[in-house]
Amino acid sequence: MKERLEALKHEAVAQLNAVADAAQLNDLRVKYLGKKGALTEILRGMGALSAEERPVIGQVANEVRGAIEALIEEKQLHFQRQETEKRLAAEKVDVTLPGRPLKQGSVHPLNQVIQDIEDIFIGMGYRIAEGPEVETDYYNFEALNLPKNHPARDMQDSFYLTEDLLMRTQTSPVQVRTMEAMKGEVPVKVICPGRVYRRDDDDATHSFQFHQIEGLVIGKNIRMSDLKGTLLQFTREMFGPNTQIRLRPSFFPFTEPSVEVDVTCVKCAGSGCRVCKNTGWLEILGSGMVHPRVLEMSGYDPEQYSGFAFGMGVERIAMLKYGVDDIRHFFNNDLRFLGQFARI
Amino acid sequence: MKVSTEWLSEYVSLDQVNIEELAEQITRSGIEIDAIEERNKGVTKVVAGYVKSKEKHPDADKLNVCIVDAGLEEELQIVCGAKNVDAGQTVPVALVGAKLPGGLDIKKAKLRGVLSQGMICSAKELGLNDKLLPKEQQEGILVLPAGTEIGTPITQLLGLDDKVLDFDLTPNRSDCLSMLGAAYEVAAILDREIKLPEPDKRLIEAAQPASERIAVKIEADDLCSRYSVRYISDVTIGASPQWMQNRLMAAGIRPINNIVDITNYVMLEYGQPLHAFDADTIKGGVIGVREARAGEKLVTLDGQDRELEPGALLIVDGEDQPVGLAGVMGGLNSEVTGKTVNIVLESAKFDGGSVRKTSRHLGLRSEASLRFEKEVDPAAVIPALNRAAELMTLYAGGKVLQGVVEAVVSKAEDKVIALSLTKLNAYLGTEISAQETKAIMARLHFECGDLADHALEVRVPTRRGDITRDVDLIEEVARLYGYDNIPTTAIEGPTTAGGYTKPQALRRALRGLLVHGGWQEVMGYSFIHEGYGPLFPELGIAGAREVKLAMPMSEDRSVLRMSLIPGLMNIAAYNRNRKHDNLALFELGSVFQTEEEQLTKQPNEITVLGLLLAGDREEKRWNANPVKVDFFDLKGALESIFASLGISGLVSYEADAPQGFHPGRSASVYLNTPSGKQLLGSLGQLHPELQREHDLEDTYVAELHLEPIYEYAGDTAVYRELPRYPAMERDIAIVVGADVEAGALLAVIRNTAGELLEELDVFDVYTGSKLGEDKKSVALSLVYRHKERTLTDGEIAAVHDQVVSALEQTFAAELRK
Repeated sequence: MKERLEALKHEAVAQLNAVADAAQLNDLRVKYLGKKGALTEILRGMGALSAEERPVIGQVANEVRGAIEALIEEKQLHFQRQETEKRLAAEKVDVTLPGRPLKQGSVHPLNQVIQDIEDIFIGMGYRIAEGPEVETDYYNFEALNLPKNHPARDMQDSFYLTEDLLMRTQTSPVQVRTMEAMKGEVPVKVICPGRVYRRDDDDATHSFQFHQIEGLVIGKNIRMSDLKGTLLQFTREMFGPNTQIRLRPSFFPFTEPSVEVDVTCVKCAGSGCRVCKNTGWLEILGSGMVHPRVLEMSGYDPEQYSGFAFGMGVERIAMLKYGVDDIRHFFNNDLRFLGQFARI
Repeated sequence: MKVSTEWLSEYVSLDQVNIEELAEQITRSGIEIDAIEERNKGVTKVVAGYVKSKEKHPDADKLNVCIVDAGLEEELQIVCGAKNVDAGQTVPVALVGAKLPGGLDIKKAKLRGVLSQGMICSAKELGLNDKLLPKEQQEGILVLPAGTEIGTPITQLLGLDDKVLDFDLTPNRSDCLSMLGAAYEVAAILDREIKLPEPDKRLIEAAQPASERIAVKIEADDLCSRYSVRYISDVTIGASPQWMQNRLMAAGIRPINNIVDITNYVMLEYGQPLHAFDADTIKGGVIGVREARAGEKLVTLDGQDRELEPGALLIVDGEDQPVGLAGVMGGLNSEVTGKTVNIVLESAKFDGGSVRKTSRHLGLRSEASLRFEKEVDPAAVIPALNRAAELMTLYAGGKVLQGVVEAVVSKAEDKVIALSLTKLNAYLGTEISAQETKAIMARLHFECGDLADHALEVRVPTRRGDITRDVDLIEEVARLYGYDNIPTTAIEGPTTAGGYTKPQALRRALRGLLVHGGWQEVMGYSFIHEGYGPLFPELGIAGAREVKLAMPMSEDRSVLRMSLIPGLMNIAAYNRNRKHDNLALFELGSVFQTEEEQLTKQPNEITVLGLLLAGDREEKRWNANPVKVDFFDLKGALESIFASLGISGLVSYEADAPQGFHPGRSASVYLNTPSGKQLLGSLGQLHPELQREHDLEDTYVAELHLEPIYEYAGDTAVYRELPRYPAMERDIAIVVGADVEAGALLAVIRNTAGELLEELDVFDVYTGSKLGEDKKSVALSLVYRHKERTLTDGEIAAVHDQVVSALEQTFAAELRK
């Protein structure tokens, strides 16, 4: 019996070593270890053995079973590994193919600039004021110290709807409306972003519609030096911490004194380049102390209160910030243009 | 205003002054210098020469051979092609080695075999502006006045060694529309003395009183506060001196003759426009000012017969005949001509508004009207008159009759303004002393005295009409003190909380939501073509109209948009033309509408959200098949928006056929609030005919009125406990009539199932011939759950059976097995 067991082991090992695939392996397991398998068959003859022989043969039988099982397990692992490898090879992807993109549009670049500026001023304690785009002559001009026939009206040829109604030429009327709404209360601290209109033939630097952001602060003891400090803080947030500003006297009917504000060129940082026409400076803001007549007309006593106002062109800032060379891009809405601003 | 620095230096010393630095200083003090123009465009080694003889060129008909004395040791032989060259002339001669504008180098050369040792130049060749040259100098060589010293450099003769500063004046600084104004400004900046011309001292008058020849009257007191004339007899009309011509050209004015040039010269000098009449054409010995009557006409100097607006200010003679348009242009009938002998010279203060109106009405803008419009300095009327009279004696041989003849309604007084130094420093944030302030006032030539309480009394001369109150003086101090010297401070006082209002915050959030969902924000034009707006349903007021511009720049931009959709369609078409067909666009903006036929008040401006969707759902890709967008892509976007705003439960969609939309693929959107049902907007496919007209493929658009949403949107999310007991899902498929709306099915199911129904969704809709005509199958999934216990099969079956029978009863639905 022992010999039979040894022979079985020998045969099984030889067959298992030659096995080609997982199916064959399974067949062999059934053949040798199954309920009707060869080992079981031999062990049925155990009953005929003597009590001395039984444990000896039993041990041999266990050894044979163990050896066959171990070999089967080894083979099984081998086939499993083979299978996995096959699968891995089959599942290989070309990682250089493009992936599925997240859907992503973008905020219009002008609104990006407006939002940036709003964020800065909100951080400085300002609120956002809005007003109508169709204005009355009073709010657009007269309340801003531009009576009819004032020579400064020359500067802004406007789109009128009627004798008295026009598309606002500036966001300044929002200042007047804000002051009226505040009914003499202080402090007033607002910025007013919005769309404005002037009768200009469209070209690379002019558009009949464009956007402005104005700011207005009114309170007790508001000084020109505060205006300077505010604008320095704003321009540094907007254009970088090393930005310098320069005030140049100018004229606006609704402020006195009036100044134009230059910032160090965003392109060359002041060393001189094509963008700043080699001056190192870019003119980006108009500002000044609110004219006493404007305060009076809007219900603030100029002997008690003072204030400053400033304004800037959104398109100009956007053009400088992004290096855009033609203002018309903003309103043509070519997706090849707008898509360039899809950034976080 | 073009300011010749050569001329300027007559009034204020520019010794040791670098013109470029001066320009920068002027700019930094308030008047922007637009450009610095070199009058010399590149002329060297050109001198005055005397043409001694002229012979025909032996081999060329059109050339002459001239012998020229250019002040050199030897006479020069120069071949010249100009027709007007002649012996006895003094002419500009470019010597060998000379350079001319445009890079021309003069060399010794042979022209058709004859040696030429230089070139006789035309004015143009010397770089002078054609348009500013007297007529006789526009062609041929430039003939210099007889007696010009031979050998003098031409740059000196023509005043080319000059830099001209272009003052870009803001409307308040019309005082610098004069050389003297510019001189006051520059003197203040440089802190230097100013030297004024003193015609009053130098003018020599004849014994005969002018009043014997001319009288003056003003019949329009409101529009003319002073009218002054002088009578100059026996003038000889001729060319004005070269230096005067040079200065006029530097200022951009063409020399004409001595009389006209003098009036222009003095206008430039004082900013006071003058007019010279041929005295012998002024009938009745009277000159007056009155308003034009209806139907009156005048032929102006430019030969145009002009119909005058009633009320326009006229100059008339003793027979009440118009001889000029006050401040705008003279009449042809009183023009100074070559034959003129006697002059009535006018200097006046006309009302700016009146001159502006007349010049606008006639489309006539002149150097004179430009200055009157901005209000001339009343104190300059007499000095300018005297100065011109003086120059006419010097350069036109005239005799100035004794006295100014004038009518005076009012004389302007200097303004006296109290300037508190406390306010000055509080206003600027500075610590400028009284002494410093006084020094600045002195630089401006504003007289200054002390008042109590740290205040100054400042006398502002009439030439600075822009200064009317203390803040104007504060500005003068600030700009000369230097803005760079003003400190940088932070606002003092209570801090304020910044932030958005709720609508502003919602709009910004909406923008972010859409952008991250793949939508591109656009910005259209507010002005569109008439008639496109009303193609779409109006939001806001029913029956509203478009608002029209009074004077549009073009038909395409003639009305205010009353819908964002036309603009979005244009943008879609624009991008489709550039092969960009997959579009998901949105715009947040104002639209305008009015209920008035004739606009009398501001139109309604409402903020709307517009969306446009077209093309494929995704860009073409290697691992995706293109699928066209449809109604439900757009509706899904709206649903997501409403869900984010937290108002899904308030919104309903109703099949509708709004204007401009595909009648079978569009809906109206409503907001259902306790105060009622309100139209929010529309969504759907564009009407196929509109699509065709605009060259668009299937395009889906939506427009929503945001105003009604603000109140209900954006509430804080509230936590609900997560479910502890399992949910049970049951699907049913039913066959119903094809026109039964899914919304109706869902409503019946919700009503029947009650609280146990947690979720309800449509997961399939199918139509096909085997269902029968006009039938469709709708598959629904229902999720049941009880909050406090696990539902039994029996409980669910009971509810579910009720649902099925309700569907059967209400819609004659058949359960599909």
